[in-house]
Amino acid sequence: MSRQEVEHIALLARVGLTEQEVERFQGHLSQILDYFAILEEVDTSGISPTAQVIALENIFRSDVASPSLPREQVLANGPQVEEGCFKVKAVLE
Amino acid sequence: MLLMDYETVIGLEVHAQLLTRSKIFCPCSADYAGAEPNTHVCPVCLGLPGVLPTINWQAMEYAVMTALALNCAIPEYTKFDRKNYPYPDLMKGYQISQYDAPLSRDGWITIPLNGQQKHIGITRVHMEEDTAKLLHRTPPKAGGETYSLVDVNRSGVPLMEIVSEPDMRSPEEARQYLIQLRDILLYLGVSTGNMEEGSFRCDANVSLRPVGTSQLLTKVEVKNMNSFRAVYRALAYEVERQRAVLERGGTIVQETRGWVDDKGITVSQRSKEFAHDYRYFPEPDLPPMVFSREWVEELRARLPEFPQARRQRFMTYYGLSSSEADVLTASRDMADYFEACLKALGVPTSKGKGHGDILPPLDASGQKRAKSVSNWLLGEFSRLLNATGQDISQAQVTPENLAQMLNLMEKGTISGKMAKEVFEEMFRSGRSAEEIVSGTAYTQISDAGEVESVVERVLAANSRAVEDFRQGKAQALTFLVGQVMKESKGRANPSLVNSLLRQKLEVQDEPSHG
Repeated sequence: MSRQEVEHIALLARVGLTEQEVERFQGHLSQILDYFAILEEVDTSGISPTAQVIALENIFRSDVASPSLPREQVLANGPQVEEGCFKVKAVLE
Repeated sequence: MLLMDYETVIGLEVHAQLLTRSKIFCPCSADYAGAEPNTHVCPVCLGLPGVLPTINWQAMEYAVMTALALNCAIPEYTKFDRKNYPYPDLMKGYQISQYDAPLSRDGWITIPLNGQQKHIGITRVHMEEDTAKLLHRTPPKAGGETYSLVDVNRSGVPLMEIVSEPDMRSPEEARQYLIQLRDILLYLGVSTGNMEEGSFRCDANVSLRPVGTSQLLTKVEVKNMNSFRAVYRALAYEVERQRAVLERGGTIVQETRGWVDDKGITVSQRSKEFAHDYRYFPEPDLPPMVFSREWVEELRARLPEFPQARRQRFMTYYGLSSSEADVLTASRDMADYFEACLKALGVPTSKGKGHGDILPPLDASGQKRAKSVSNWLLGEFSRLLNATGQDISQAQVTPENLAQMLNLMEKGTISGKMAKEVFEEMFRSGRSAEEIVSGTAYTQISDAGEVESVVERVLAANSRAVEDFRQGKAQALTFLVGQVMKESKGRANPSLVNSLLRQKLEVQDEPSHG
């Protein structure tokens, strides 16, 4: 796996990596991919893709509203809170 | 320089919040309008560790109903997927959406275009969860950092995405498509369709291509359009912007542009760093759904008749004009009210379904009554609704009451003029026409003896007019009729007054006669 690929994945995962870590994970991730490549040898042409391994389907709830959490509890884990909201760094689109 | 002729290609992506009581994956109330920030929030909304979402059945039913209304195919198998992207409007770091097995595909609707109907393809309808709302703040102090506040109330509200094919060829077609689509959602009762409040949102993909080619040129995504007018203006602007770029030999950059309404322009939005790297995968917390064919057919049978079909039926069956049909079918409540009145009057109402069948017209007397009901609804009734700021569904007058009043008019118990007063009283008090008429001075006097005494009084007091009539002035009779009506406070039966007056005037004129 290339250096750029590792850096891209780290960015997507919002993980900061040092130079040495990038190199280390190049090796680790390549090994994991190689391992999964073994699975590609299995002939799955006649098998439909599996989205779920639990043998359940059609699990629904009825449309009934119930009380939510008190706001103090909602915001309890927020590092910064203002005007009853979570405060985050500027996100402008 | 020879300028190339370009064709506009527009596809729309609509997001509509569904009118469920609770959110799509948790039981928090979905009715967050006016709620204090972060008061409709639970551990599922927050994506706290260990929580499990459960699908709201009503949301799926509404979505499948909509898909059927848009003539989509409903596959048996459908599932939810995770769409990953890092943005603070997602508490979990992903949005639960649908990717490769949406609940429906391949539909269409028609839009009116130059007196004809044009097909617009629907690529798919799928369900997802709405995101949290971000409030951007700029501190008053110079040099202070801008920041955002996150209100999670909206997160998890059921959001239906409707993707069209790139079948629209002008901003007007796009506007028509949105109007038809919103009408269908309103008729189904699945969404408020309110663009200004953000419960019905629209993004557009716009591109140009040389006329006569089918090549796909670079498309631009336009966002931030908060009204039908904004959609029209933004698309018109964007089409001209792209044409200008192409005509001076430039190339269109694939990007997202935001509509700035007060400036009337679109501006490039900083592209998301990781756009199109959503790494979709099946949502492991939600088992897939398998919709039985019986259930789908049951839902199809429950679909109401849609506005365009109903409008057409109102014209062909009830004989209404296109403008009358337009107004009556603009809201489902009004159209239902109209037909309920006719039913109460004993007029056979036709039952339309889905996108409609052509029916033979109603007989003349039925059409006359339909016309009369339409006149009342579009006239007095609408006037009073507007004056009081009410919707027809809030009105106290029931269709049966209105029908009863029309019957009293037809029998001659009340005159047309009195009917207006009676109706106003019905509107204000919710009492029935018969109650009002029997209890007060509205009843028409149809007793010949009673009318005759008034006529005699009027003739005695107006010898001048009597003389005029005898000398051939026909208006004198109109004057005398007016006097009798005035004397009886509008209650005398006008045709009885007319015939009694003539009788008296002629008898006095030719005493030997009869």
